[in-house]
Amino acid sequence: MKSRYLGASAAVAIAAGAGSVQAETLTLCWAAWDPANALVELSKDFEAQSGHSMRFEFVPWPNFADRMLNELNSGGKLCDLLIGDSQWIGGGAENGHYVKLNDFFDANGISMDDFMPATVYAYSTWPKGTPNYYALPAMGDANGWFYRKDWFTDPEIMAAYKEATGEELREPQSQRELMQIAKFFQGREIDGKTVYGVSIFTERGSEGITMGATGALYAWGFKYENTPGSYDMEGAVNSPEAVEALEFYKELYECCTPPGYDNAYMEQSLDAFKSGQVAMAMNWFAFFPGLYADPNTGGDKIDFFVNPPQNVAASTLGGQGISVVSYSDKQDAALEYIKWFAQPEVQKKWWSMGGYSCHMSVLGDPGFADTAPFAADFLVAMEGVRDFWQEPAYASLLLAMQERLHNYVVAGQGTAQEALDGLIADWTEIFEDEGKL
Amino acid sequence: MSGWSVTEPSARSKWIAGTLVVIYTVITLLPLVWIISTSFKSGPDSISYPPKVFFQPSLEGYVNLFTTRTRLGAEDFAALPPPETWYERIVRQQGMVIAGPSRFGERFMNSVIIGFGATFLSVFLGTLAAYAFSRFRIPLKDDLLFFILSTRMMPPIAVAIPIFLMYRTLGLSDTHLGMILLYTAVNVSLAVWLMKSFIDGIPREYEEAALIDGYTRFQAFRKVVLPQAVTGIAATAIFCLIFAWNEYAFAVLLTSGKAQTAPPFIPTIIGVGGQDWPAVAAGATLFLLPVMVFTILLRKHLLRGITFGAVRK
Amino acid sequence: MTDTPADRLARATPPAIARRVRGLGDRAIAWIFVAPTIFLLLAINIFPLIWTVRLSFTNFAANRPGREVEWVGLRNYERILTDERIWANMQTTAHFLFWTLFFQVVIGFALAWLINRRFRGNDLATTLIVLPMMLSPAVVGNFWTFLYQPQIGLINYTVELFTGIPASSFSMLGPGGLAKWSIIIVDTWMWTPFVMLICLAGLRSIPDYIYEAAEIDRASKWRQFWTLTVPMVLPFLMLAVLFRGIENFKMFDMVVLLTGGGPGNETLLASIDLKREAFEKWRTGYSSAYAIILFVTVFGLASIYVKALNRVRER
Repeated sequence: MKSRYLGASAAVAIAAGAGSVQAETLTLCWAAWDPANALVELSKDFEAQSGHSMRFEFVPWPNFADRMLNELNSGGKLCDLLIGDSQWIGGGAENGHYVKLNDFFDANGISMDDFMPATVYAYSTWPKGTPNYYALPAMGDANGWFYRKDWFTDPEIMAAYKEATGEELREPQSQRELMQIAKFFQGREIDGKTVYGVSIFTERGSEGITMGATGALYAWGFKYENTPGSYDMEGAVNSPEAVEALEFYKELYECCTPPGYDNAYMEQSLDAFKSGQVAMAMNWFAFFPGLYADPNTGGDKIDFFVNPPQNVAASTLGGQGISVVSYSDKQDAALEYIKWFAQPEVQKKWWSMGGYSCHMSVLGDPGFADTAPFAADFLVAMEGVRDFWQEPAYASLLLAMQERLHNYVVAGQGTAQEALDGLIADWTEIFEDEGKL
Repeated sequence: MSGWSVTEPSARSKWIAGTLVVIYTVITLLPLVWIISTSFKSGPDSISYPPKVFFQPSLEGYVNLFTTRTRLGAEDFAALPPPETWYERIVRQQGMVIAGPSRFGERFMNSVIIGFGATFLSVFLGTLAAYAFSRFRIPLKDDLLFFILSTRMMPPIAVAIPIFLMYRTLGLSDTHLGMILLYTAVNVSLAVWLMKSFIDGIPREYEEAALIDGYTRFQAFRKVVLPQAVTGIAATAIFCLIFAWNEYAFAVLLTSGKAQTAPPFIPTIIGVGGQDWPAVAAGATLFLLPVMVFTILLRKHLLRGITFGAVRK
Repeated sequence: MTDTPADRLARATPPAIARRVRGLGDRAIAWIFVAPTIFLLLAINIFPLIWTVRLSFTNFAANRPGREVEWVGLRNYERILTDERIWANMQTTAHFLFWTLFFQVVIGFALAWLINRRFRGNDLATTLIVLPMMLSPAVVGNFWTFLYQPQIGLINYTVELFTGIPASSFSMLGPGGLAKWSIIIVDTWMWTPFVMLICLAGLRSIPDYIYEAAEIDRASKWRQFWTLTVPMVLPFLMLAVLFRGIENFKMFDMVVLLTGGGPGNETLLASIDLKREAFEKWRTGYSSAYAIILFVTVFGLASIYVKALNRVRER
């Protein structure tokens, strides 16, 4: 059976099953953003095939974690399906919020080998790396960069850069080169407007500055523990490389961001770029299709690059897996949805609509790199992704890091060494509370 | 209040006062005008730098507010039939298709039900209690009044967790009724205090005359006091509605899908790539309308309610 | 005050007539009128409050339902009261509270006084001025981040227009100490009308004959203002301050959307910190103690204040 017919036959199988399972209204919860809207459109196929109808509950990013964790912790039945953030998997598994999917995968011939290993590791497994699956990789994502290609290829600007630095203006190959380019653009007049170097994540309230700064930290070789699973952080979290990376991020914030970008996350970074203020900006790959399509700064004015390495090549992981909530009364129908979603045909369409499929039938396709200007970058980025703690206590761990980083980078309190030392103290306390230390 | 009076300000002082107030009004309305004008901008115009004062008006913000839009693959997009409606055309111009309606309509209706429900209930309860406090001997009256007020001092977060657990047990969580009761509980203190000051201002002699005429106490309350308190009720209703309509903390913590109101929804309307400022502004504008209409309708009462004491004494 | 003519009338009415009236007794009506309010408040405010007090002595974490709950006595309170960070948040809150009340009272009263000049169109002006307070604080906080944006926002642009200070040279919500004033500006913009309305009610409650009498006594306008207007409006003004004070002590939504407590912790009001502890870090026991401390603080301050208010009223 060729893949072309697979979708149809699966549909028949589901339709046959639908006789026994009554038509349900399934609620799928996710964050409110571009890919979620695409999923609404995509899911119309599922509705047509299965007879179930889909409801969507999209929570804005700043409240997403609070709202959904609140919902899970109180055993709420709002969501049957949840596309939860990668860091929730520990809590989801340990506290019994997510249904374990191993048996279901085995029974339905869904193999995790068909998905990109990095995404399976990050979105599905708990304890990390073991074959215990609590989610199906749904949306691959990493923090990447984009820049004004029209400026980078403008002969005048290129000449000015060459004169200023003695180097060619190009996609930065290292973090330091990125800063050099940013410094070059900072305060420059282009088309009668003052422009700035980069927009980076500095947001305090949810996860912004952590997601931004780890881009530098990972590139310098930052590690959370000396030995994985040991919670032995001294010397890893505050290694000299980590200190250097954090100092770098602060310098980048001070030298090269537009004024007022001191509490910036996804939206602000996009605003800065789309309003033509900055030469480069960081953001999640999820937004790249939208950026590419932007009438003002998209198309041939934009290009993309992977987080540049410094000591190592690494990117901050985003993205989510789709899980079945264990409190749902409609688990069978919810599993049907996952089964439908895992089909290669559906995954292919998912990618064409702007969702980042993790399925190897999509990613491994020889033509994949040509499907979009950021497709090849996505593959490279996903090879080197690192994620934050996925512990059940991740929210506390994240808040501690948010506070330490923001106070150092934006509010200018103390030194990078002090910030990271303090972070170890905070995290140690949290792990002690958890009984893990 | 006709004719010349020593208390009537001179023409000059009126003119100065008028000018100062107009200046303040213009300044204070500027951000509001900016919100409304942003709601008619296109996405790129809304974040143009420097900000645009003059622009080509567009309904993009309103269309985006009510729809969920998505991009299609290039081939699929090209294969689409031409747009049938004006709003589809606006979405297509942005290179997208409508995937479905957004949740704004639902959220807005939730706000209407909860906001007006809670307002009615708190004014109702508040007026009764205020009348009792104003007219009767009630043991520990001042303490009770202060107790009522003190319930408003609690930070919402302080009681949010127990309320959350309690509501779940009672089946009230994420329901309209639960939110109405909650907002009523928060508002009733304001209602009692405001209504008490209004009722205190109504001379007792009227009721007493009615009682002598053979009215019962309840009839006297209904037929004599209430009609006179109508202005105060209107003013109190406005204040209660403003709170219940706009509340955020409880809404964000205690409701998830069915009973969520618009305030947690509007600030976070994310369009394709970034915050969709025109849609946010459109949401804010539409959301302001009902309260604004309500206030303007009751304006006479509000203002006459305020002048009430002066007219009667 | 306690012995109203109605009471006297009730006592004087023969029982037969009273029965014929078939009304409920005043006492019964009083309780029927007050009871629903009290009941609602007990159920939705006091009961949860007691629950919160109980939780505040434990290490309960609402996100770990399975974990055993330990009784920790006063440890949560001890931790909070000895935490310098909390004291810093309290100072931030006090700063916000003091200046918002100050500006709102001054501007609100001045506006009410001007509007009370009864110039033509004062009704319309009142209605327009009141508009900002009808917006949702969350929407306001959110939209002002946009207005405060140095490059694309209206505020810096306007400042540049009038003063020549380049728009991109300062950031209202950024580091540099402006942020804690920026939140005060927004709150003042939004809530001055509230104070104004209540003052206006006070001003219009002053009967004309009092001024007429003062005029006959040849009291100067200045003297009339201080000896008549201000004392008569004071109870109203104090009520407005009370309500605004309570609201701003627990201010959460607007500031959270405006600054999220940043930059650093510059605008981290106690209630925002509390929300973080309770619903992000999920330290339920600890944050319950925190909530109780905040509640006791505002309760204490308000009771002193209400005593003063009652004294002013009785005068």
